[in-house]
Amino acid sequence: MSTRIQSGGRLIDRSRKIGFTFNGQRLTGHPGDTLASALLGSGQVLMGRSFKYHRPRGPVGAGSEEPNALMGLGQGAHFEPNQRATVAELHDGLAATSQNHWPSLDMDVGALNAAMSRFFPAGFYYKTFMAPRSAWKHVFEPVIRKAAGLGKAPTQPDADRYEYFYAYVDVLVVGGGMAGLQAALEAGRAGARVLLLEQTAHLGGRLLSDEVEIDGQPSDIWLAAAVAELQGMDNVTIRTRMMGAGVYDHGYVTGYERLTDHLENATGPRHRLWRIRTDRIVTATGAIERPLSFAGNDVPGVMLAAALRDYVTLYGVTPGDRTVVVTNNDDAYRTAIALKLAGLEVPVILDARDAAIGPLPRQARDLGIRVEVGKGVASVKGGKKVEAVEICSQAGEGTVLETIPCDAVAMSGGWSPVVHLWSHCGGKLVWDVDQAHFRPDASRPPTDHNGAGYVITAGSASGALLSGDAMQDAAAAGRRAAAEVGFIPSEGDAPTAMAEPEEPVQPVWMMPAGASYKLRSKAFLDFQNDVKVSDVQLAAQEGFESVEHAKRYTTLGMATDQGKLSNINGLAVLADSLGTTIPQVGTTTFRPPYTPISMGAIAGEARGAIFKPTRKSPIDGWHDENDAVWEPVADWRRPYTYRRAGETTEQAVHREIRNTRTNVGLLDASTLGKILVKGPDAAKFLDLIYTNMMSSLKPGRCRYGLMCTENGFLFDDGVVVRLSEDSFLCHTTSGGSDGVHAWMEEWLQTEWWDLEVFTSNVTEQFAQVAVVGPKARQLLESLGGMDVSKEALSFMGYAEGELGGIPARVFRISFSGELSYEIGVPASYGRAFWDMLLEKGAALGVMPYGTEALHVMRAEKGFIMIGDETDGTVTPHDLALGWAVSKKKEDFIGKRALQRPDMIRADRKQLVGLATEDPATVLPDGAHAVAGVNEYGDPKTIGHVTSTYFSPTMERSIAMALIDGGAGRMGEVLEFPVGKDSVIRATVVDPVFYDKAGERQDV
Amino acid sequence: MFEPRTALQGAHFSGDITVTDAGLVGMIAIRGSLTDPALCAAVAEVTGHPVPATRKMSGDATDGLAWMSADELMLFCAYGDAPTVAARLVDALGDVHSMVSVLSDARAVIRLHGDVVREVLAKGAPVDLAPDQFAQGDIRRSRLGQVAVAFWMTGADSAELVCFRSVAGFVFEWLSTASQSGSAVGYFATPRR
Repeated sequence: MSTRIQSGGRLIDRSRKIGFTFNGQRLTGHPGDTLASALLGSGQVLMGRSFKYHRPRGPVGAGSEEPNALMGLGQGAHFEPNQRATVAELHDGLAATSQNHWPSLDMDVGALNAAMSRFFPAGFYYKTFMAPRSAWKHVFEPVIRKAAGLGKAPTQPDADRYEYFYAYVDVLVVGGGMAGLQAALEAGRAGARVLLLEQTAHLGGRLLSDEVEIDGQPSDIWLAAAVAELQGMDNVTIRTRMMGAGVYDHGYVTGYERLTDHLENATGPRHRLWRIRTDRIVTATGAIERPLSFAGNDVPGVMLAAALRDYVTLYGVTPGDRTVVVTNNDDAYRTAIALKLAGLEVPVILDARDAAIGPLPRQARDLGIRVEVGKGVASVKGGKKVEAVEICSQAGEGTVLETIPCDAVAMSGGWSPVVHLWSHCGGKLVWDVDQAHFRPDASRPPTDHNGAGYVITAGSASGALLSGDAMQDAAAAGRRAAAEVGFIPSEGDAPTAMAEPEEPVQPVWMMPAGASYKLRSKAFLDFQNDVKVSDVQLAAQEGFESVEHAKRYTTLGMATDQGKLSNINGLAVLADSLGTTIPQVGTTTFRPPYTPISMGAIAGEARGAIFKPTRKSPIDGWHDENDAVWEPVADWRRPYTYRRAGETTEQAVHREIRNTRTNVGLLDASTLGKILVKGPDAAKFLDLIYTNMMSSLKPGRCRYGLMCTENGFLFDDGVVVRLSEDSFLCHTTSGGSDGVHAWMEEWLQTEWWDLEVFTSNVTEQFAQVAVVGPKARQLLESLGGMDVSKEALSFMGYAEGELGGIPARVFRISFSGELSYEIGVPASYGRAFWDMLLEKGAALGVMPYGTEALHVMRAEKGFIMIGDETDGTVTPHDLALGWAVSKKKEDFIGKRALQRPDMIRADRKQLVGLATEDPATVLPDGAHAVAGVNEYGDPKTIGHVTSTYFSPTMERSIAMALIDGGAGRMGEVLEFPVGKDSVIRATVVDPVFYDKAGERQDV
Repeated sequence: MFEPRTALQGAHFSGDITVTDAGLVGMIAIRGSLTDPALCAAVAEVTGHPVPATRKMSGDATDGLAWMSADELMLFCAYGDAPTVAARLVDALGDVHSMVSVLSDARAVIRLHGDVVREVLAKGAPVDLAPDQFAQGDIRRSRLGQVAVAFWMTGADSAELVCFRSVAGFVFEWLSTASQSGSAVGYFATPRR
């Protein structure tokens, strides 16, 4: 059984014990353990159930490539599913739960799926759950979702904090093993700004497990010196527990830093997503060992050979006492040797090759280990743990020659460079026949804006699997990176790394080569998604020849591990089935992130109060203190109404309207866009921007203006004020200020650069208050400081001065039809001005009103609202605003488009007013009018409601609508079906419901 | 009779760094051709600052002149002086095609102080904040999280930041979150004092 052994374990601190729980059971491990090593040390090899067949599974790897040992970690608001036990660092109090089983890990009802597995081949869902259609949603999917799947979703909001960090470097090195350290040394010594990322907590990579001599000394000496030198350089930063997650265009890289996952009690952010700009990226990402495809290769206790070696060397644990090693290369002999030296038994090494003559096999034989060449595994016996291995001839069909009892199997199918980061942005791969893997094609790197390659691979990530080659390659990579970013690298000799030489690998894609269907259907390629050799073969048989199709049909490589172990084996099986070569089949696409990163890290700090900016007016505090019902208007929050005790929202709105129409109301209009336009050509410019004439406006006067796009569609409106001969203030809608400002700048900078005009968005400089109602003038007069009489400041006039001691710009404009002043004061005085109006106006019955009262009052007057009456397809003429479209001007934006035949059709949708037959019935917003039938025999839509309210002023419902040929339908009764058998009838009327002559505003 | 109020009303936060409302600051936007000698002369005469080079700034929020774009400067002065300084600028500029607008109230200025001030900014601004790349005298118009800001160093461990008034509360909250105790990154060397 798996256990903690007496020797080894360089990463753990045996002097201390720490407690953790697994499915509620209390277990112990040592500081430095991963969750996986601690579980193995506690006798627990079984760590989860597989996705589809619920087969018992243990860890197959010891690092980030792990497909099997997925856990739910943490509890409550700190719970996170699908975490790899092999990279989860143990800490006191860690709580882990295994996944995908019921009622328990040991006794799982879902395992029946495995017994039925011959009925669930690739494409099973597509073929089986076809009919009846409705059953998919209500029967099949819920059942399948319950049966298949990984961890449970968290039930509480994430209690942790996350953030981003932007970093800029010359050279980014991904990977803190021998190659990464050497590359960083070279680039750092040359003077480049270097950032080195290592996804684990430890620098050194495979040097920690494997015996390598560097410059004639044990690698530990070199490692310590290299790290010390790097740490001593001001221009080099090393970050551990940080993964290079993705490479993007223009040297943009995301780094995923895990700050507190390894700590029991932690403050500060949990994860930090680094967004790095770098000129060159050195990927020293190493290589991943491949499994071998034999029957039962997923039984708990079957592991990658190097992973098993890591468990013994780094953590002092072993999955078993008797380990059979099965391999097609020399490297796996290191595992056998390490096990033997640790006092464990290795009954046999099965080498699929015809000969094993290198120094490593010789060393193994010298230690007394039996080596069988030309042999492989026919089948692994055992359910929840390995019990025995049946040996066969690799060349045959699986006839069992001998059964060897054992409790662990170390397998090695060769090594594949980690090419992900190289490939994310288009780096190409080449098939290396000798080493039987895809490696980066250095002649076809991902290229930057200058066409230069910006990713350089180093060490085994380049395909340089032997230590000596890897060191040379890494040194060259570091030097090249430094040179390419403008530094002068060293020309001296790189350190010499030496390990035992190795004989060539022999590709083995299926074990044995002629395995029967029975064996193939138990030989797993993708452990996490339960894809077997037989599934890929079936996909090929059924015509899924493209690797991308076969992937999706079988789900090979589509699990959270993205096929790190399975892809190459799967491709090889597919190539064999199709009778073609592996490079012909090609790989699927490598996409970021390298391993899953937390959703929290992606969201960063943007949650809670800082999820999204809310723009607040200078008077926002008063609204907040006075029970404003908020309404989002673009990014602003504005009061919809101010509800008083005992009022409904609707009652509050009606009160505000009645009071404004009889006394005086206040509206916080600060959000209205205000753009200053100044220069000798300002008038000329505004004549081009607006549909109507602005150059004829006199200083001190205001004019309502419309803006069209070049396609003739109305997109913004507002009052333009001529401040002086060469300066104008253009009011825009609240949501439109930034867009209109950008629109003006774009035209000035790209088309009319010869016009002498400057613009400035001064929206936020002013708090603007609309003082509206019959008593508005009285209120302003009580403040004192300016003459606001009809004579001094007539309708559509503008004056500047002081009101109540506060500098003010007063515009006599009205959006309600009442006597109305809009007053702009410096924003810092906004609240004081508002408070003063409330105080002085108390005797006049002053009352603030919100946006809904504003909307209703403008609708009573038939004023359009951008976004209600316009939707990007509406012209000024459609809204009966033709009077604001100049016929005299030579040009303006939209002029030509407005002359197109479709724009002047008489039967375009045109604005009308609607009076419902029942005055109490309010049409639903957006309700469609129908008349006659369309070509399908259905009722034909002739238009829709754009604004609809109950008007307390008219004491009836009012509405506006855009109706086909509406201008010619006055008096017609239209039908609006609003539900089953329910129709609202309304008469087409003039959209101006209130004070048609406009007498109230001009007093 | 009425005291003008900043959006942040004197807010202060203390964590890995301190975040403080800088109070009322006079700000004047000057638009014009920055390569026009007449404009440069007029601006220098009134402000006492030379027209700064691209992404440079002279002085600070108390009294400073910052490059904003190829045809825009931002002048910082005392809040109460802004209208008169603006008027003097308009006079000095005379016929030079230009635009002077007081924007003191449109923006909020926040002061940041502490060893990790660069790191706090680097959590939200895509700017190279390494001390040798961004020093006193540099200014960046960038963003912090999701909103537009501009910022500059006022010392080895202090910076000033300006944002739109309507999002001042958001920016303050953002800065307070990013500088909560225990969230230092340890990326930039601690400034020597």
